[in-house]
Amino acid sequence: MTNTPARNTKVMNRFDLTQRLVAGLKDEAVIGGIGNTNFDLWAAGHRPQNFYMLGSMGLAFPIALGVALAQPKRRVFALEGDGSLLMQLGCLSTIATLAPKNLTMVVMDNGIYQITGSQPTPAAGHTDIVAVAIASGLANSSWAADEDDFERLIAQSEQAAGPTLIGVRIDDKPSTGTTRRDPVQIRERFMHGMGVRQLL
Amino acid sequence: MAAAEHASSKDKAKDKSQDAATTWHGIVLQTLKRNEIKLVPYVPDRVLTTLIKDLHTDPYFTTFPTAREEEAVGIVSGAWMAGMRGAVLMQTSGFATLANVLASLAVPYQIPLIMFVSERGTLGEFNYGQALVCRTMRPVLDSLAMEHHTITRLDELEFIADRSIKQAVTTQAPVALILSPLLTGGKTFDK
Repeated sequence: MTNTPARNTKVMNRFDLTQRLVAGLKDEAVIGGIGNTNFDLWAAGHRPQNFYMLGSMGLAFPIALGVALAQPKRRVFALEGDGSLLMQLGCLSTIATLAPKNLTMVVMDNGIYQITGSQPTPAAGHTDIVAVAIASGLANSSWAADEDDFERLIAQSEQAAGPTLIGVRIDDKPSTGTTRRDPVQIRERFMHGMGVRQLL
Repeated sequence: MAAAEHASSKDKAKDKSQDAATTWHGIVLQTLKRNEIKLVPYVPDRVLTTLIKDLHTDPYFTTFPTAREEEAVGIVSGAWMAGMRGAVLMQTSGFATLANVLASLAVPYQIPLIMFVSERGTLGEFNYGQALVCRTMRPVLDSLAMEHHTITRLDELEFIADRSIKQAVTTQAPVALILSPLLTGGKTFDK
């Protein structure tokens, strides 16, 4: 590769960014995609408004879209890996059509399937996820240059007139913790966090 | 002229209410409404055309196409957890893309996913691929012990659909309602 495009985006860390996001939250929903993305969400401190996926790779943004449509007054964050998003790029067009302004999507892009042995994704090195999002109709999409820029973009998304997508380049570190894999409890607590039902 | 217009709009209203009671798509729409199912994402099928058109016309529903069926499953799952009921419309080949999401989201998280599947691949199918993929549908449903019904008769549609939706919600279990060509007319080579 002699023609690698210059990138001015800093390589950051998933757990650090997740902690920065969670630190500023009150009752916002957060949907964590499969694998390390939701493991680091769990490690950043469990909260009932978090939903952790244990499969269904690529569905973090669609699940978040459903939450955002059902509760338009609640801010919904979705954290997804680049490999996961590649499984479901079409959802970007659907989200651009529905255009919920209460949805903020974060793509954690390290160009690898970290959890399966760090194999490069087919997109690694040449596909620009943020450009794909913009071309899908999500005009309010951008790369975070560094941690401060990430926090600024998160804050800005809460005032946005449409959905926001934030791309972050991350390193190849594994997650800091592991989500307790109890799907019914995860779902029940999330519904409690969404104010839909009381815990038993 | 005004009288004629009046009569014609009255006729239309009558047609609409007759539609609701006597056509399969009218019954499905009314049953969704009665069960407070507002969110209806779909991947289209020729047989579902009128139902999809009527859902778009009715302001009660939020209905839209998705790029893949599993995307629609994710959307209604998220919506249900946040207090809004939904159902997904698809055709047989679309159902065949869902095994992973059924086994890793709808079933283990106990989500009352309601699916209407327009059945291709049988009773006059002209595309061998459709005929083959249709044979994978019920084995997948059975392997996950999922509730499913094949609806063949107009007079049984409301009962099956209404009861199945209520059962899905109260038992927090997914259900597939398969719309047979015997009910819908299906899609044939000359159409």
